[in-house]
Order: sequence, then structure tokens, then C-alpha cells
Amino acid sequence: MNDDTLRDMACQELVDVITDYLEGTLPEADCTRFEAHLAICPACREYLEQMRALVRLTGRLTSKSLEPETVDSLLGAFRRWRDSRTGL
Amino acid sequence: MVPTADKRSAEADLVDRLRSGDEATFVCLVSTYSAPLKRLALAFVSTDAVAEEVVQETWLAVLTGIPRFEGRSSVKTWIFQILANRAKTRAIRDRRTINFSELEDPLGQDQPAVDPARFHPAAHPTMPGHWSSPPGIWSASAEDAVLGREAMGVLQRELDRLPRAQRVVVALRDVHGWPAAEVCEVLGLSEANQRVLLHRGRSRLRGVLEAYFTENA
Repeated sequence: MNDDTLRDMACQELVDVITDYLEGTLPEADCTRFEAHLAICPACREYLEQMRALVRLTGRLTSKSLEPETVDSLLGAFRRWRDSRTGL
Repeated sequence: MVPTADKRSAEADLVDRLRSGDEATFVCLVSTYSAPLKRLALAFVSTDAVAEEVVQETWLAVLTGIPRFEGRSSVKTWIFQILANRAKTRAIRDRRTINFSELEDPLGQDQPAVDPARFHPAAHPTMPGHWSSPPGIWSASAEDAVLGREAMGVLQRELDRLPRAQRVVVALRDVHGWPAAEVCEVLGLSEANQRVLLHRGRSRLRGVLEAYFTENA
């Protein structure tokens, strides 16, 4: 271990690596520092919970799908495609 | 993604049903994937109407291509790659001055997750890099029925305002729940760059929610 792996994590570093932490890609030594920091820093615990709440809220959003007329027109195209293949 | 062994037979069934002209299978694919397809199209083209056309063309290309589909990728990846290719071609044809390098080189501009002014400077005697202006406390009330509903509106608007590469990554990951590997494959991004885009997009959205909850809590 070098000095870097032992150095305490500061809040400013934590917010920069938080996505790596949530994605499970933070190196083990940094993960230990991350969790050691969380244990002593309520503000960063709140920050982490905010990121988790954000991901849950974003998961409830939807993207706009196709207009109904486009879907109808695709269905028409599908039927023509199917019928041309089966020779009907 | 290359289908895993246990998914292979389900994939083969899907392809067989589509090839045999099973309408329910086609309808199911269209209703499942059209929204994320449109999201992806909007990473390249500028208007909703053009994105709609590109998605429509993609489904027609799926019908034309399915008889020759060889299963080297999953059906899903194949469909999204058709879309990505068509959307890029369309963007070039429309001479949109789209910055593709933004997708390929997201590390270009440095954006801190949180305004550096909110931390003590590195030279601070006792708490270097620690919060000087800590985040307000709202995570527990974020999903509260009333506040949460309004917050969703704010979130939707800000998601649509993110730079396009961040927007498509956050939407595919967090709105549509895709795993990182699929997002990388469809967008041609490295895992590291995908994470940078996700991090920047999420950090920005968190900042917007913080401003909203601080004002309204």
C-alpha cells in the first residue's frame, strides 16, 4: 500500500467517484476509503442517498414512443410483408 | 451482446416467430423498443419528427433483414444498431452539424460533479476538500407523493436539456434500465466513457433536484 491508498477520502473526491462506487467499478482500496469516509460524514451519506433517490425517480420517467398513426402504418407494412412472403 | 447459452433458444424462438410472420411478436417488439429507439435516434437527429421517421425506417429494415439475421448479436442489439446507423446517416444527409466526437470523446470538457466553491480549499488547515456548504437534506422526501410528482416534472425537463451524449446514456441506463454493457455496445462507447457520461448527467440532475427541493421543502 502506498500513501494514496491510506489517505482519507475528502468529500470533494467522494462526489467525483460516486458513480464508480454505484457501478461497482471503484478499485477495492478506494472503495474502502469511500466507505470509511461515509461512516464519519453525514453530508456525504445524504449525498449518496440523493444519487440513489435520483436514479429511482429517473426510473419512473418514460420516453416518448411512436405516434399511434406511425404504429398503425407499421402494422400495415408488417401485414403486406407477411402476405408477400406467404404468397397470399 | 452475444446471447448467453440459456437465452439462445428464446432468441431463436423470437427470430422464428418473426420470420414466420407472427403479428403479436412484431407488435410486442414495436411496443417494447420504440421508446428507447426514439431516445437513441434523438442522440443523432434534432427533431422528434425525424426521430419518428428513423424509428419507422428501422422497423421496416428489421422486416427486410430478419430472413438473413444470423444471430451474431442479440435481436435487441441488432435492432438498435440498425437504428444507430440510420440515425447517423440521416444526420449527415440533413447536414446537421452534429458533434459526433461528443459521443466518442466525452472527456473533452471537464465538469465537476459539484461546484468546487462548495468545498473547503485544498489548503484548508483542518478540512481540505470537505463540504463548506453541505447538500440540503431531502433524499428521504424525494419520493413523497406531492413533492415527488413535481420533482418528476423538473427531472423530465432537465433530462431533455442534458448534452445529447449524457442524455442518451442517462435515459438508456436509468429510464430504460439497460445494463452498462448494452449501452456501450449500441453507442460504441468504452465502459470508462459511458461511466463518465452517466456520472456527469446524474450529477447535473442531482444538482437540479437539490435546487428544487431546497426551494420547495
